[in-house]
Amino acid sequence: MSSVAEPVDGHEHHHGPATGLKRWLFTTNHKDIGSLYLWFSFAMFLVGGAMAMVIRAELFQPGLQLVDPNFFNQMTTVHGLIMVFGAVMPAFTGLANWMIPMMIGAPDMALPRMNNWSFWILPFAFSMLLFSLFTEGGGPNFGWTFYAPLSTTYSPESTALFVFAVHIMGISSIMGAINVVVTIVNMRAPGMTWMKLPLFVWTWLITAFLLIAVMPVLAGAVTMVLTDKYFGTSFFDAAGGGDPVMFQHIFWFFGHPEVYIMILPAFGVVSAIIPAFSRKPLFGYASMVYATASIAILSFLVWAHHMFTTGMPLFGQLFFMYCTMLIAVPTGVKVFNWVATMWRGALTFEVPMLFAVAFVILFTIGGFSGLMLAITPVDFQYHDTYFVVAHFHYVLVTGAVFSIMAAVYYWLPKWTGHMYDEGLGKMHFWCSLISVNVLFFPMHFLGLAGMPRRIPDYALQFADINQIVSIGGFAFGLSQLIFLWLVIKCVRGGEAAAAKPWEGSEGLEWTVPSPAPYHTFTTPPEVK
Amino acid sequence: MSERPHSQPNKPDHRRLLIKLGFAVLGMFGFAFALVPLYDVFCDITGLNGRTSDVAAVYDGPTIDTSRKVTIEFIARTQGEMPWGFKPTVKRMSVHPGEMHMAEFEVHNLTGRPMVGQAVPSVSPGTLATYLHKTECFCFNQQPLAPGETKALPLRFFIDTDFPEGMTTITLSYTLFDITDTEAGIAASQAAASR
Repeated sequence: MSSVAEPVDGHEHHHGPATGLKRWLFTTNHKDIGSLYLWFSFAMFLVGGAMAMVIRAELFQPGLQLVDPNFFNQMTTVHGLIMVFGAVMPAFTGLANWMIPMMIGAPDMALPRMNNWSFWILPFAFSMLLFSLFTEGGGPNFGWTFYAPLSTTYSPESTALFVFAVHIMGISSIMGAINVVVTIVNMRAPGMTWMKLPLFVWTWLITAFLLIAVMPVLAGAVTMVLTDKYFGTSFFDAAGGGDPVMFQHIFWFFGHPEVYIMILPAFGVVSAIIPAFSRKPLFGYASMVYATASIAILSFLVWAHHMFTTGMPLFGQLFFMYCTMLIAVPTGVKVFNWVATMWRGALTFEVPMLFAVAFVILFTIGGFSGLMLAITPVDFQYHDTYFVVAHFHYVLVTGAVFSIMAAVYYWLPKWTGHMYDEGLGKMHFWCSLISVNVLFFPMHFLGLAGMPRRIPDYALQFADINQIVSIGGFAFGLSQLIFLWLVIKCVRGGEAAAAKPWEGSEGLEWTVPSPAPYHTFTTPPEVK
Repeated sequence: MSERPHSQPNKPDHRRLLIKLGFAVLGMFGFAFALVPLYDVFCDITGLNGRTSDVAAVYDGPTIDTSRKVTIEFIARTQGEMPWGFKPTVKRMSVHPGEMHMAEFEVHNLTGRPMVGQAVPSVSPGTLATYLHKTECFCFNQQPLAPGETKALPLRFFIDTDFPEGMTTITLSYTLFDITDTEAGIAASQAAASR
């Protein structure tokens, strides 16, 4: 933000974007930074997706064909890390940057210089992580959960690079989260009271608090891994008086809130889109806010459901089982509210709505398999099988990623000033929808039949289903290239978009022209 | 609620919130490390995880519950590919709660070089760990062994008289770790050499 005084003659001094590379390097504009985040996350989505293609190609048939097991392990590990920290989280931060100031009637994020930093350290983190794959001994191969002693005693020499990469990602997320909190708390337009906030803003506020609470714990966990591996401490080394199971407690104390960090903003997106295309206000706004807050609070009480097989006392197993199941209640409230919003609405199915409806159905499938996993005795069977893989891909791909795509289609006219190609968008949706289910649904059966995750080879009886899964995987991967083409096409041109291209959409972002001017709400709007 | 126009953001206001959030971040970073002692305390109190105390217990008297017997089983194994022999001389003992007993574990360095081992105990079922008291245990110290040396390692213990009724068996398992190249291991082998 420039501190140059406004000209006295009353003429608006024009702060247009700078030109060239400098515009992007030094920008403090929330829209520029939002775009940077979104493009970066899409690039990471393709990189992580390419790794998934390697995984699925290797698993296309039993036996070892394409890659050696150590490289396969690096692919599963880095695929997970990239998708979680590089694709889903930055995409939501990008959406937050673009939309939150416009939704609350603020001129920009509260801390624009920090905003620039929190984006620009990310490319360094991921370059470091990807670079580690080319070091001698290979990159991280211990799973994205980096359980000790796999990440300490038995890890490759590049582990330090992994640790520092995670540190930087964590710092970036924390700075982003702080910015969101300060913006929402301090910069709301007059009259924008708490219970008038759009749900995307609410869910992001709660997500930001989760990030502030748990990203430092992740930083602590990787720091302990670093000192255990390189400086002779024994946090997780039983021989030195440490405990490897404690690693899992610390990791999942971060890890479980983390999965809600990746899904709560998705709830916000869907809560914006479904009312718009149902032409009805959201059903149960207040209950949505309370449900989001309850999910966030409960997320701190369920971490050990990832660890049922580590040998917990009965009381612990029951406690974590019941708490986990309790999360189904606020989540059920949300799903009910979305369905009730659509009930007797004047529905139309433009691409954002298609993705949002698919989100509701498929995320709920992921929720149901989560409930199955919450049942301690059956978790003993499902633990570390493809059933778990199916579960978290339903909530993360058809949940988080679908909601991000829905959001991009929904707000793309506002960002670019052009309508996207509806036909191409529908093709992207149907290709993605069919292939993603061919990809992930049969994984449930593989898991129930006992196929373990993170293994490059498998028993012969799993061959047919793995082949189907791989075909679904390749199709889903290729479908995303349609999306890339569509977005590029929309940025470059197309039918001009009105300020409010969607008939039923609500919110301050639709009161500014499309494309949104570089500076919006320099004088605050009056919210009634 | 913000009644002031935000086009002139009140900087100190941002700063106050920023400082609070900054402290929250630092606090949570500290909390991650606080989890380490907290976890130990929690495990010590509840006996969670089958941990036994790593300080010698004091035998507090001759109250012996002769009305019942508890079977204690011993398991010994080496971790990974550590080339040592390690086994209990008796696999199973039947003891009265409150009664002092001694068990021996035989350890044998099969290699031609001096090595240092560290035994780590674990009790199953974990909730019974707090009822096993060790007044002397080789697991409290490192075990340096010369090439080819064999040694009998003593364990003195008693079962608490409050040992739950209805439970009959408790298993004490030792895992021996090779710590020759760690700081503690080097210190232990130097101490053994100077003796």
